[in-house]
Amino acid sequence: MDLINLGIKSIFIENMVFAYFLGMCSYLAVSKKVTTAVGLGLAVVFVLTITVPVNWALKEFILQEGALTWLSSSFAEVDLSFLQFIMFIAVIAAMVQLVEMVIEKFSPALYGSLGIFLPLIAVNCAILGSSLFMVQKDLGFSGSLVYGFSSGIGWLLAIIALAAIRERLKYSNVPNGLKGLGITMLITGLMGIAFMSFMGIKL
Amino acid sequence: MSVGTAEKPKIKKEAEPLLSKRRKKFVTDPLNDDNPITVQVLGICSALAVTTQLEPTLVMSIAVIFVIVFSNLIISLIRNLVPTRVRIIVQLAVIATLVTLVNEVLKAYYYDMYKLLSVFVGLIITNCIIMGRLEAFALGNKPYDSLLDGMGSGLGYAWIILTVAFFRELLGSGSIFGFKVFEAIGLEVQNNGLMVAPVGAFIILGLIIWVQRTKTGYVEH
Repeated sequence: MDLINLGIKSIFIENMVFAYFLGMCSYLAVSKKVTTAVGLGLAVVFVLTITVPVNWALKEFILQEGALTWLSSSFAEVDLSFLQFIMFIAVIAAMVQLVEMVIEKFSPALYGSLGIFLPLIAVNCAILGSSLFMVQKDLGFSGSLVYGFSSGIGWLLAIIALAAIRERLKYSNVPNGLKGLGITMLITGLMGIAFMSFMGIKL
Repeated sequence: MSVGTAEKPKIKKEAEPLLSKRRKKFVTDPLNDDNPITVQVLGICSALAVTTQLEPTLVMSIAVIFVIVFSNLIISLIRNLVPTRVRIIVQLAVIATLVTLVNEVLKAYYYDMYKLLSVFVGLIITNCIIMGRLEAFALGNKPYDSLLDGMGSGLGYAWIILTVAFFRELLGSGSIFGFKVFEAIGLEVQNNGLMVAPVGAFIILGLIIWVQRTKTGYVEH
């Protein structure tokens, strides 16, 4: 039950885009068409579901204070948590590369649709952000798996919604200075207000 | 999304003054005409979350300027040694090291701020402005020019988020740097809760972009 709550919370209440502004760069840049938005969104869900648990394992067995005791008891006082950023980003970059190769080998069709987006993901803040939040929230293995997956879904939801709105927006007459980024920011603000209504849910 | 501004002609001179006209442009261009946030749409990710108050925003700006200047300098120094295939991971390693430094300094000397900014210091790593400048500029230019370019982009980023923070803090909490402005001049002004919520940042930034683009006449198609 806790896991379901965590899932719902990270999709709606603590949505990556509307509550934490994470992954904004690609959110704004790749939301002009629904089909590409779906592609990028799925790639993000995929990579998040893998990297958050992997980073959890890294934190649990290598970085945390006293985590290295499984090697030898003399490491009980070693605290490597200052290496967190560099390790996490290395894992993410490596994972993105690995996922790209695996998909290319086993499912060329999926690779065709996701292919161009995968390298973009390494620098998507939503990915690194979820790993850092995972550490902050002190989640367990199943928790981090659910958290990674559902925050990805939340991001997917946001980008598809924005892309759908922007497709319709082509037919409206926007003031010159607001065209493109300006109006997109305002729309995101309004979508954020809609998402704020979820804050009332107590989980 | 890296907009190519690197194609500026390289002019070879005997001794260029430290702040020649060409070099001044590196610093002044990103402030307005080529602003990383409002024109190039980069680096919005980690920026907006900290802008509810001016103080954390200032710390964040300083951190970003530090990281962007030094990563530009370092990458520019080693640009001929790094094979193109592994450049992304090298850049990430350099940025992550600098960000770790910032994080440790904050943790040691400014613990309250460290707690307040939480994960957003770490997220400087994935700030697209930094990667964008490294890719578009530092990989093809001399160290000193890259340093100036980093400074320009960092300042361009800083003034936009400081403006956002100014309005959010003023309208959301009625204060500037924690100083209660409206109370001090004896005005009764209701705080606007929307400005403190994440939504306020989107709307303020949207309006700033509108004003700025109307002034510079930049139109996106």
